[in-house]
Amino acid sequence: MNTPDAISLLKARLGDAITETPVFRGESGVSLPRERIVEACRLLKEEGRFDMLTDLSGVDNADTVPRFEVHYLVYSFADRCRLRLVVGIPEDDPVVDSVSGIWATANWHEREAYDMFGLRFNGHPDLRRILMWDGYPHHPLRKDFPVAGLPAELPMTAVEAGTAESAPMAGGPFVAAIGTPSSTRREPRACDTVAERDRAVTDPNRREEI
Amino acid sequence: MTWSPQAEGDRMIINLGPQHPSTHGVLRVILELDGEEITRLWPDIGYLHRGDEKIAENMTYQQFLPYTDRLDYLAPLANNVAYAYAVEKLLGVEVPPRCHVIRVICCELSRIASHLLGLGCYAMDVGAMTVFLYCMREREKIMDLFETLSGARFTSSYIRIGGLANDLTPEFVPGVRAFLAELPAGVAEIDGLLTRNRIFVDRTRDIAVLSREQAIDLGVTGPNLRASGVDWDLRRAHPYSAYPDFEFEVPLGSVGDCYDRFLVRLEEVRQSRSIVLQALDRLPAGPWYVDDGKVFLPPKTDVLTRMEPLIHQFMLITEGINAPPGEIYFSAENPKGELGFMIISRGGGVPHRLKIRSPSFVNLQALSVMAVGHLLSDMTAILGSLDFVMGECDR
Repeated sequence: MNTPDAISLLKARLGDAITETPVFRGESGVSLPRERIVEACRLLKEEGRFDMLTDLSGVDNADTVPRFEVHYLVYSFADRCRLRLVVGIPEDDPVVDSVSGIWATANWHEREAYDMFGLRFNGHPDLRRILMWDGYPHHPLRKDFPVAGLPAELPMTAVEAGTAESAPMAGGPFVAAIGTPSSTRREPRACDTVAERDRAVTDPNRREEI
Repeated sequence: MTWSPQAEGDRMIINLGPQHPSTHGVLRVILELDGEEITRLWPDIGYLHRGDEKIAENMTYQQFLPYTDRLDYLAPLANNVAYAYAVEKLLGVEVPPRCHVIRVICCELSRIASHLLGLGCYAMDVGAMTVFLYCMREREKIMDLFETLSGARFTSSYIRIGGLANDLTPEFVPGVRAFLAELPAGVAEIDGLLTRNRIFVDRTRDIAVLSREQAIDLGVTGPNLRASGVDWDLRRAHPYSAYPDFEFEVPLGSVGDCYDRFLVRLEEVRQSRSIVLQALDRLPAGPWYVDDGKVFLPPKTDVLTRMEPLIHQFMLITEGINAPPGEIYFSAENPKGELGFMIISRGGGVPHRLKIRSPSFVNLQALSVMAVGHLLSDMTAILGSLDFVMGECDR
């Protein structure tokens, strides 16, 4: 099934919901309401043999209504053709259904769109930030986010936050004893215990061992 | 609020990375272990996020080109080429044949360099230090060649939109020929040290098998996809540049395990060598840039002596190339897989949105499927066989 056939298939099944976007440099696409995206994708995968989701990308159009768009680029290995699907998403309710149940690869792409644009994907199994850290307050690819960035608190380490214990080696005998007069005792692992290492550092009468 | 996974029952959570030699950059993998067996895992990426897509929206198309060097920093020229073709597709510009062929040479040399480093690190991670040194020795020659071509060994930014920074330098072609004459011996050494090496085979065969269906479902591309037996190479499936003129084989794996991924890369090095040889033999004469002052900077002598080139230079530097409004997607077969650029233009010299579809980002997602059920010590082999680059993954 080539790209025009796929568009015909979508039009036959989804009717007026499908609007063709103008062909540019030989690339075709359709736009459709966000409520129908899962239906359209399932149709493309099961009947159109579009077995790979190449790319999924958020777009912020800032000054237009609806403000956001999600662009899906699907690919068929059997017929070696691509098709673009575009859904518009309003700013006051930035939600669209997840297609991660159709193509597993959508999982990370949707997390990225959530991270960068604040778009939420209904039914996503694990919608967390992916490039920025948990708790980061902004969505950097929105047009109102300045390219120089905005101040934000850095996350605590897991040990500081109390969600993890520090590794048992920290402060243990495997750490070099800086300031020890004896060069052999200064080496990591030269002392068996922390107490012994501390004695090696503090004992002024300890003679240099050869 | 920090997300942290909870172990089930008496299983243990441990971290691999973000600073670990086998993660090839700054990748953190949170592993849930049952004894030594991996039961679940969560890759944690973003440590190298620099906001390339945001940066792209705030500068002209040509100004963004050096940033593409820093995506897959093991094959900077291949990224340059993919980006240049994407912008040229948006502009509707076709570069002259000589430019296409030089770009193919750059891409294939980058592929050899990237695969050599990938194989070397992979082998070192599973314990074969010698191979790493042999690989680096061969790769070093390519770095020297890039230096003679562009003046920079690594982040060369040699490609321009609509052409190249300069024509081939006189020492480049003989240098490449000399290198290609030595390469088979170097590849044979790597082959001899690894392909029938009992330890290497034991550590990689039947490890992290990725089936054909899984690979496609997860969007895996490049050598990793071909190792799973899918005959799909963008140079063949959607020929671009001068690739239709050259003959080459697309090596395929049969199982999709770590060993197949190694074999596919090794054979691709040989195929790339063959492509470069053909390209050198058939290097067309003629211009190496688009003779259009609205796309490519005019020669400096013209700028200094004639009015129109002076205006073109001024407009290209201050406003950038005036692109038509529209949306395009162009992808190229990079050493790591399908590197795609989606550009939405509203006209003018700056993209409205530039999305980078990076193969490492997509391929890494397969990790949570591939590694489950294997031992912790297999992780180094699995990460090495995936051959990802975090600069490209995190963008």
